[in-house]
Amino acid sequence: MQKAIITVVGKDTVGIIAKVCSYLAERNVNILDITQTIVSGYFNMMMIVDISGVQVDFGELQDELTDLGKTKIGVEIKCQKEEIFEEMHRL
Amino acid sequence: MINFREVNETNQMISEENLDVRTITMGISLLDCIDPDLDSLCRKIHDKIYANAKDLVKVGNEISRDFGVPIVNKRISVTPIALVAGAACHTIDDYVKVGKTLDNVANEVGINFLGGFSALVSKGMTPADKLLIQSIPYVLSSTELVCASVNLGSTKTGIDMDAVRMMGSIFKETAEQTKDRDSLGCAKLVVFCNAPDDNPFMAGAFHGVTEGDTVINVGVSGPGVVKRALEAVHGESFEVLCETVKKTAFKVTRVGMLVAKEASKRLGVPFGIVDLSLAPTPAIGDSVADILCEMGLEKAGAPGTTAALALLNDQVKKGGVMASSYVGGLSGAFIPVSEDQGMIKAAECGALTIEKLEAMTCVCSVGLDMIAIPGDTKDTTIAGIIADEMAIGMVNAKTTAVRVIPVVGKGVGDTVEFGGLLGYAPIMPVNQFSCDEFVNRSGRIPAPIHSFKN
Repeated sequence: MQKAIITVVGKDTVGIIAKVCSYLAERNVNILDITQTIVSGYFNMMMIVDISGVQVDFGELQDELTDLGKTKIGVEIKCQKEEIFEEMHRL
Repeated sequence: MINFREVNETNQMISEENLDVRTITMGISLLDCIDPDLDSLCRKIHDKIYANAKDLVKVGNEISRDFGVPIVNKRISVTPIALVAGAACHTIDDYVKVGKTLDNVANEVGINFLGGFSALVSKGMTPADKLLIQSIPYVLSSTELVCASVNLGSTKTGIDMDAVRMMGSIFKETAEQTKDRDSLGCAKLVVFCNAPDDNPFMAGAFHGVTEGDTVINVGVSGPGVVKRALEAVHGESFEVLCETVKKTAFKVTRVGMLVAKEASKRLGVPFGIVDLSLAPTPAIGDSVADILCEMGLEKAGAPGTTAALALLNDQVKKGGVMASSYVGGLSGAFIPVSEDQGMIKAAECGALTIEKLEAMTCVCSVGLDMIAIPGDTKDTTIAGIIADEMAIGMVNAKTTAVRVIPVVGKGVGDTVEFGGLLGYAPIMPVNQFSCDEFVNRSGRIPAPIHSFKN
């Protein structure tokens, strides 16, 4: 398993999760966990995903997600490998 | 499993508090390039550096993208050139040719600085060392990316005062040779006492002779992260203050460790050390001086500054050593003047003087760093400043350094602009009383009594 963390931040609107999840399904990304809240009108989501089944380069996946967020939904989407969070917050 | 709060904390450190990995520095031994023929030496140096470092920048950028953390600089350090080129270089021009070779290959592989145009002369100078030192002004004025350093003393050997005196003049000559660029050459020149063999930071990085053939060293940063963490515990006790710095240093260092391990794996080069220095940049909010102010000082340089810096330096180390088993290099807080917005402001309003900076160097990791002084400062006065700083390092068994810029044509009240990471600085006044007779004595200062530990 190769875990990555996807974060989505931006103004709340209809269908954010649907659009992100449809894209991830297309790319064969398996979602392991989702946390989501709305804080004063702002949508905030974190997903833990497994990217071991993805056929494209990780950089390409990152670019496509960023582009999806920017052009189709109007939110900021980031995708980072999980190790940076594990290393920083776990002994 | 990682939670929402932790992910947000990390990303906030990166996007709002300037958390970054300051440098991945690849150390490359050039000892196997030694050749009595200059052309052949230059070819071997070029080929060895190119072969080992051609993917350094690409891999650095890939790691940066994978984890979403900026890796600001990719750099190279090499074996001190006086050891490598001594057999082939018989004139200053010969050394300049080696310097240009280093500059060319640095440009070719796309790094932003290459360190190791260096000599280690803590007890005495060989003819090769002397010639290299004399060539420094010409190398730094005819190259762009090469950095020079000279180790002038150590706790074990004492201080080579002949070399100290010589460096006073070399700083002036380097300033003169680069006067059309505000004496920028001096920003790429540093002298040390107790120089570490594995320092990844410029201008003083070189690949020590005790190191392996190649090595990856990583320098972390994060003054902005420490400052933000301290804002949350404003007015609390020293215990809370220390705990906060330690925890933050731990987190920052772990990111450095992750990047170091990945770089080592992807480049197939052994991992050396993480240098857990707090290295500021001129960017707003990325300042060590601001941390001192957050601790409760009106300006860096106010009474209490040395104590605050000592505390900060110690807690950074205590948090950092828990995060990485291989900590090395300089590891502590850096206090360059021109590269730190808070230090610049403190110097401009007169809160910070060279004398106070000297006191601060007793308790932090480096020394008098990036300090612009009047262009008409005497050679012997610069040598005196260097001697003082070397003495602090020698007696306290720590690394100290001097990187001063006697800016040609400028005096107190003027400002000098170096640009980029090197920042800008007000010209600081220097004590006008003479030390000529002292520094003009020949020979060396012997090692201190507490160096005799055998």
